[in-house]
Amino acid sequence: MTKARDDYLLDLEASRRGYAINRLCGSLKDPENRRRFSADEAAYCDAHGLSPEQKKAILERDWTAMLDLGGSIFYTFKLAVLDGRSMQDLGGVFTGMSSEEFTAAMRSGGRRFG
Amino acid sequence: MAEIIWGLATSHVPSIGAAMDHHKTDDPYWKPLFDGYSPARAWMAAHPPDVAVIVYNDHANAVDLDLVPTFGIGTAESYDVADEGWGPRPVPPVAGAPELSAHLVGELVDEGFDLATFHRLDVDHGLTVPLSVYCPDPGDAWPCAVVPVLVNVIQYPQPTAARCYALGKAIGRAIRSYPRELKVAVFGTGGMSHQLAGARAGLINPEFDRMFLQAIESEPEKLAALSRDDYIREAGTEGIELIMWLVMRGAMSDRIARVHDTYHVPASNTAAALALFEDLGEA
Repeated sequence: MTKARDDYLLDLEASRRGYAINRLCGSLKDPENRRRFSADEAAYCDAHGLSPEQKKAILERDWTAMLDLGGSIFYTFKLAVLDGRSMQDLGGVFTGMSSEEFTAAMRSGGRRFG
Repeated sequence: MAEIIWGLATSHVPSIGAAMDHHKTDDPYWKPLFDGYSPARAWMAAHPPDVAVIVYNDHANAVDLDLVPTFGIGTAESYDVADEGWGPRPVPPVAGAPELSAHLVGELVDEGFDLATFHRLDVDHGLTVPLSVYCPDPGDAWPCAVVPVLVNVIQYPQPTAARCYALGKAIGRAIRSYPRELKVAVFGTGGMSHQLAGARAGLINPEFDRMFLQAIESEPEKLAALSRDDYIREAGTEGIELIMWLVMRGAMSDRIARVHDTYHVPASNTAAALALFEDLGEA
């Protein structure tokens, strides 16, 4: 899995680069699109114009690679929920912790920086 | 004339809504947060507004990256509850206040705030969770009409804190110039410190949050002077939502009284807070 940078800012360059990923993930707010995605994920990626790297990140659920390729957490989270995953699961992925460890860190007051 | 009777600052974390929707507010995880809401809820229930102006951000539900308005306002008669990818929240649709919306648009454009107008807007957790914080059991209908005001906090560069505060001042003047007897509450939503993605995910900065909770009442200019990078560094990439509290604070008069506040970590991956202020009116 890809290692996360400290922060991801969805600036215009990232928005342009990640357009296909964000459009695909955003489309999952529609129940019919959720059904179509689940029926054939690869075909759904192709229909949304994802690059090979973006398609690989989606199919392999490489949450950090999605961010590196311009994805926004508010969009990719819709895919996570479709998989039955939580924001604590993703927090664990980004920080190299298990979901349980990340949840415990939040319950003990969160992670402190600086 | 219309008057602003109170202002509510509150986090809008989706799981706060889910905790109410799934009757988990007495669970040990959630009880401290909801206990903290109680005095504010009782006070607000005794001071019901006719209209709530709710300043919030959409989260990839009604607004996508094809078109990102920096500021927007709903002008519709009603707003459906969005399916955010896991089905709509089981809460009533939101009644609009289109005549007040039209008044605000006219006044704000004349003041130089060129807001995008939304005639169709499915409202997501950013708006419905704060409504539930105000009114946990709405039954078939929310107790007030709503004017949604949208702020882009997702795509960089977000508007400056100073611009949000100035927008709030203009909204306050516009509300007070509305020639109808109307009681209005203003909600500023989002925050407090949190970061969802990246290696700093899980960031919480209680010192910054406590400072902000105090200064929003007495020193809003200090908060308005903070830069975009200040907010992101101190409060996290999503903590910049706090600029929406400044819209609420700007709309209120200089004379306000703190009714109640509460601060709790965590709600999901977020530091959650509520701060309620009564507007005492212009001196």
